[in-house]
Amino acid sequence: MLGLNKKDTSLFLIVVGMTMFAPFILNPFPETSQLAQFNAGYPDLMQRFVIFGIFAIGFNLLFGLTGYLSFGHAAFLGVGSYAGVWMMKLLTMDVIPAIFMSMVVAGLFSILVGYVSLRRSGIYFSILTLAFAQMSFSLAYSVLTPITNGETGLQLALDDPRILGVSQVDGSIPPASIFGIAMRDSWDLTLGGWSFTFNAGYYLCAVIMILAFYVSVRIFRSPFGLMLKAVKSNQQRMNYTGLNSKPYTFAAFVISGMYAGLAGGLMVAMDPLAGAERMQWTASGEVVLMTILGGAGTLFGPVLGAGFIKYFENIFSKINDNILYQWFSGLPESVADALVFVIHPFIGKGWHLTLGIVFMLVVIFLPGGIMEGLRRISAFVKKRFSSSPSSNGAVPSAKAAE
Amino acid sequence: MSDFGKTISRRSLLKTGAATGLVLATPTIFTSQSWAQSAFLNDPAKSGKLVLGFNVPQTGPYADEGADELRAYMLAVEHLNGEGDGGMLNTFSSKALQGTGILGNKVQYVTGDTQTKSDAARASAKSMIEKDGAIMITGGSSSGVAVAVQALCQEAGVIFMAGLTHSNDTTGKDKRANGFRHFFNSYMSGAALAPVLKNAYGDDRKAYHLTADYNWGYTTEEAIKSATEDMGWETVETVKTPLAATDFSAYITPVLQSDADVLVLNHYGGNMVNSLTNAVQFGLRDRIVNGKNFEIVVPLYSRLMAKGAGANVKGIFGSTNWHWSLSDEGSKAFVKSFGTKYGFPPSQAAHTTYVQTLLYADAVERAKSFNPCAVVEALEDYEFDGLGNGKTLYRGADHQCFKDVLVVRGKENPSSEFDLLEIVEITPVGQVTYDPNHPQFAGGALGTCNPGA
Repeated sequence: MLGLNKKDTSLFLIVVGMTMFAPFILNPFPETSQLAQFNAGYPDLMQRFVIFGIFAIGFNLLFGLTGYLSFGHAAFLGVGSYAGVWMMKLLTMDVIPAIFMSMVVAGLFSILVGYVSLRRSGIYFSILTLAFAQMSFSLAYSVLTPITNGETGLQLALDDPRILGVSQVDGSIPPASIFGIAMRDSWDLTLGGWSFTFNAGYYLCAVIMILAFYVSVRIFRSPFGLMLKAVKSNQQRMNYTGLNSKPYTFAAFVISGMYAGLAGGLMVAMDPLAGAERMQWTASGEVVLMTILGGAGTLFGPVLGAGFIKYFENIFSKINDNILYQWFSGLPESVADALVFVIHPFIGKGWHLTLGIVFMLVVIFLPGGIMEGLRRISAFVKKRFSSSPSSNGAVPSAKAAE
Repeated sequence: MSDFGKTISRRSLLKTGAATGLVLATPTIFTSQSWAQSAFLNDPAKSGKLVLGFNVPQTGPYADEGADELRAYMLAVEHLNGEGDGGMLNTFSSKALQGTGILGNKVQYVTGDTQTKSDAARASAKSMIEKDGAIMITGGSSSGVAVAVQALCQEAGVIFMAGLTHSNDTTGKDKRANGFRHFFNSYMSGAALAPVLKNAYGDDRKAYHLTADYNWGYTTEEAIKSATEDMGWETVETVKTPLAATDFSAYITPVLQSDADVLVLNHYGGNMVNSLTNAVQFGLRDRIVNGKNFEIVVPLYSRLMAKGAGANVKGIFGSTNWHWSLSDEGSKAFVKSFGTKYGFPPSQAAHTTYVQTLLYADAVERAKSFNPCAVVEALEDYEFDGLGNGKTLYRGADHQCFKDVLVVRGKENPSSEFDLLEIVEITPVGQVTYDPNHPQFAGGALGTCNPGA
């Protein structure tokens, strides 16, 4: 289907299903139960899942295929965000020009950065991209304050010109919208104790992520993708055969930068603000973590990794001692105290610690990331439930899957 | 994927049918948030719970302030729900709050980590609004975050009660109808400090500014510069220092070569601790320039900073919003209940967040409604007393509180690790009041209040 082989088609359909039914999948617990704390099906977080999914898919096109580890990818996301907000300030609150312009500007910026950085490979490339990103961050934070509004972040204002739109509606800034549907519009579906929210902005992001995922599958399976994989396995040997690998890595870098710009554009479409810290090196590191955690070089792994990290950041950081005591309210006080004492360092502000431990465990025991974990589980299940010896053959073939 | 070809058995058909029937039989309410008839977002009368969102930095450079803010919030919730000794509820000029929650609802709260980043702060605030149903968001320990979250609350339609944010912009060019600030600002620091500096150091001084290179630094530099120039000082040079800098020696050396005799450090938190320490190590305070003793000024002081800089703060002037050694009834009651609960006196960040929570609750009680527009109306041009800063006005034109400002000095002989600052002067409110259209606050507009529905 759509020029994909059978296995990719089924993966693609799974991705489509997961994103379309995310409001159900992410809200498994009834609203009133104690476990509702772990529900992630509210618009902001769902949007973040798919937006960072796009960012990670794009990063994976560079890192997963060519092995070039860019440590400055957040710069493209940030540049895209600023471009998007400016489009909303100057042109219209419709998100399409904003998203389009984000991709264009991020693409142009990645041409500049890529042209310089790709003269080196390995650690030197990483350091060059990191330097570019930190430079962009510093510029945005202070020097370019008239354009970026510095530390405060670039925001919409009541007196923005908005040539094709209106500056304000009844004293408020008009909402970001697409063809008149506001991004923040939501519809609630209540089924018994469950409540599901369908948000317009989320579905826009989800459709774009599906497109982005499809393009990435096609790139992975194309001759161009094969060339990129060759760069990863042995660039020197490739060069000795007379092939110039630079145009390929350069193209991959720019495509990857545009993916980041797209993510940045979607971020401002959902929430019209661009802050300089979006470009900081920690943000660049985050996308590296997402990709490695999910499984670098796999098609869907980076999206899972992105979801995993955003889940920790938004759900675990909000658990406080008070909530713990509610959970353990059935236990004797001394036991509850002891349990809270043990768990306390890992929740709330300690979510970094929990994430760090999980990351270490994954890297040590599952070098292929979450995707490898899923493969091992499915292989185990297959082995367990089919007694015929022929099923053993399924294991290596599953390993070859991306 | 051979499963796809499986024919539908009678059994599975029955199962699917039963499941579909069950789903259809459940009472379904398909509501649209945007077209809902409810008067405002997250109405506690509908959801049956009253949730406040405490959004503070728990990690990052201002984590200390954030932790203290959180302590104050928990204390405020206790007092609102009628637990503990009631703290400032007993001294507050308004008697609308009875310790029975707000409008009879028990106050619940959720906490979040802003990480001192606008993006993370907005994500956290959004999850409070969308997931936990928070009706009011409060917190923030830096102006960038406060401005970002304030704009978000305006868009979403909930009230934002700003925590520690000192930049002019929060109630200046970035002011919003749904946002309120109790804390003082850069302009007030300048207006309060200038006369004290004139008395102490004379009106013929040459000032050299080192300014943290971001928004708050700019507005503070501007405020101090214009206030001191008005009384006759001369500004020799203003130099911006990167926020991430930890070693300021490279910026101190040029000060030695200039003919400046006052150094103004527009730095906050760790920046100020490091720059002040560097300046003292370079012997600036022992210098005599133009026949005068060289002096250092720190516009925004906090106890936590004074603690970090240790003995270096002795004798250095600065301004602060509130200090625990104040002897009015409100401050004493607050210090007592905070001290009883946590074992040490509260910081100015804790004070402002505690007061903001009380002010919000009181406004709801007086308006008899949680509707943000009613709350805005109740807070605008509201005058109150007994919350530690004397008579205070919440000005309707820009949602800024006007109250006395404290000018403090590092104590020569501190008696404990908390007793680091002494109050030099309580600048009366009249002296720090400005016109809403003052050039330092120009641009931007409140807009109209947004109830979110």
